[in-house]
Amino acid sequence: MSKLVIEAGKANRQYFKDILSYRELFLLLAWRDILVRYKQTVIGISWSVLRPLLTMIVFTIVFGRLAGMPSDGVAYPILVYAALLPWQFFSNTVIEGGSSLVNNASMISKVYFPRIIIPTTAMIVSLIDFLISILVLSALMVWYQHVPTWKVVFLPLFLGLAAIAALGVTYLISALNVKYRDFRHVLPFIVQVGLFISPVGFSSSVVPEEWRLVYSLNPMVGVIDGFRWAILGNTTMYWPGFWLSAGFAVLLLGVGIGFFRRMEREFADVI
Amino acid sequence: MSIIKVENLGKKYIIGHDRSAGRAFRSRSLRDTFTHTARGVYQRIRHPLSPNAENTEIEELWALRNLDFEIEPGDRVGIIGRNGAGKSTLLKVLSRITEPTTGRIEISGRVASLLEVGTGFHPELSGRENIYLNGAILGMTRREIKSKFDEIVDFSEIEKFLDTPVKRYSSGMYVRLAFAVAAHLEPEILIVDEVLAVGDAQFQKKCLGKMEEVGLEGRTVLFVSHNMAMISNLCRTGMVLNEGRLEFNGQVSDAVMRYYEATNQRDANHEREFKSNTAELLGAELIGLSNRSDITIHDELTVRMRYRIHRQVDGKCVPNFHFFVSDGGYAFLDSAREVTNMPPGVYRAECKIPPRFLNEGAYFVGVALTTYFESSPFEIEFFDKNALTFNVVDPMDERSNRYGYGGPIPGVVRPQLDWSIEKESQ
Repeated sequence: MSKLVIEAGKANRQYFKDILSYRELFLLLAWRDILVRYKQTVIGISWSVLRPLLTMIVFTIVFGRLAGMPSDGVAYPILVYAALLPWQFFSNTVIEGGSSLVNNASMISKVYFPRIIIPTTAMIVSLIDFLISILVLSALMVWYQHVPTWKVVFLPLFLGLAAIAALGVTYLISALNVKYRDFRHVLPFIVQVGLFISPVGFSSSVVPEEWRLVYSLNPMVGVIDGFRWAILGNTTMYWPGFWLSAGFAVLLLGVGIGFFRRMEREFADVI
Repeated sequence: MSIIKVENLGKKYIIGHDRSAGRAFRSRSLRDTFTHTARGVYQRIRHPLSPNAENTEIEELWALRNLDFEIEPGDRVGIIGRNGAGKSTLLKVLSRITEPTTGRIEISGRVASLLEVGTGFHPELSGRENIYLNGAILGMTRREIKSKFDEIVDFSEIEKFLDTPVKRYSSGMYVRLAFAVAAHLEPEILIVDEVLAVGDAQFQKKCLGKMEEVGLEGRTVLFVSHNMAMISNLCRTGMVLNEGRLEFNGQVSDAVMRYYEATNQRDANHEREFKSNTAELLGAELIGLSNRSDITIHDELTVRMRYRIHRQVDGKCVPNFHFFVSDGGYAFLDSAREVTNMPPGVYRAECKIPPRFLNEGAYFVGVALTTYFESSPFEIEFFDKNALTFNVVDPMDERSNRYGYGGPIPGVVRPQLDWSIEKESQ
């Protein structure tokens, strides 16, 4: 028979064991969110195709045509779309996950489970959108007759890095959202700014050489560069910047988990 | 060996009061926190030498304090107390929803807590999907849910609507489905808040039966309710909480009595006064209680109030009694008849509740005096809503007309009506 000890002020040592034993709940919650997402909106799936597609068209016109940015030798739509894939994944996770705790307030105040699984499910839902977007990208590549190289096998690694960055930010924001309800008004603005300071509409090669390392402090720079490197095949990778991005993403995840765990104790009291 | 062991358990909530704004504040928004900090900084700049210009006063509220108890395997424990006594907080701490501030809890076994029916139900999903979801939220594995799926559907009586989104369910169907899932939990320890007070009477009875079954299977049950009849029926031991402290822990019948006594005592020494310019409540009492707060269903009970009328008014001062059932709803109310204009003085009003009128259970009596004027409507002179309590019990003797049935009988009233049975034909 399992024995559980709850002691005041001590973080539960079994927390990560708990996460494992609640994996079914995690999967079911992810399944629920996916189901609801595609049941509720008539345009469900088409929306997750349409949104990045429209963004891609706008960015291609604004950055590619009007601003005349360099396209690194590939069709500009593909350049943009390869970056939109991880960006959409990141921003969807952060936006959905950021408000997920507040949206599930009734559950949090009535049942115990490791709360961290709630913002994490948002990532699974975004993953479905991501997979749909991959199909769209494949279609685009066929249209522009762009053949990927062997580097494409590294794509999952960069996706993993995107997940690490997204979860770190999501844990921070979801916990802040519980304590400060008006934080959700700030969130869309942050994501909006992130879209423009990350190299989504343009190639990061336009950033002056002496600033590239600083620019890479944004973890999404490393992720997006990695995606372009793996998909487009002919871009060169700025590796010091990538490792800095990756290291910063991991650090962010650590900070995010730590902060979440610290705040988690009072979720049920303040939510 | 005990299955739950609690030592020196305490839970503190912190409520901040913003002194400058003169209102309670809980820093719920970023804006509040910003303006609050900014104001503090501003104060600092204006009066740099003043000692710590702290604007908030922190008030501590101990929802639970120094609780020590042990629960043995198979115990069915009723937790009783007034609103705000800490019952729900205790359940939340035991089910790990919130962390305690002090102390230590040892739990040996799987816990399922049922603080609400239908936690996590999603209106867009079908009944079938919600069974899986809700089951997982309550801690069942998918295999367990699968093996009990048919039973759950059977119990809930919603088979036809299994694939309809629950947003199209009637509230009755919704509750039935939610309870059906919960009723098929098989934890070693079941923690239940007042969730049985839902659904129609027939379904409630079914739920009660299920609860009893769970208890008889040797599972440990912790149960919070305001319904003393339900507590007495389901539980063997009782714990009385008062202002976060454990006041009593023992036999359930003693616990229920302790609870009523405490309620009556509080009412005996009113902190509040019930009076107006015209009249004043002097006291209220119950006559005919057999022991402490109990009265058997076969006895007559007299409710008495004493009041003083200070001045002559142009209206009729009518005393009235309000009777509430244990969950706060009205049982009935009655006013004195044929009241005339009364000169100043001290009065005593009594009303008799006949035997075989109220059903078993706890009742609260509110006492009030209302003045009805010729021209304008009326005015309430005083109304003490929680003046008295009593508990109607059934001694289960031959007069009880139960034919050996020992369970609860639904309804607020239980009159003995005139019956006749005649044989009409062969």
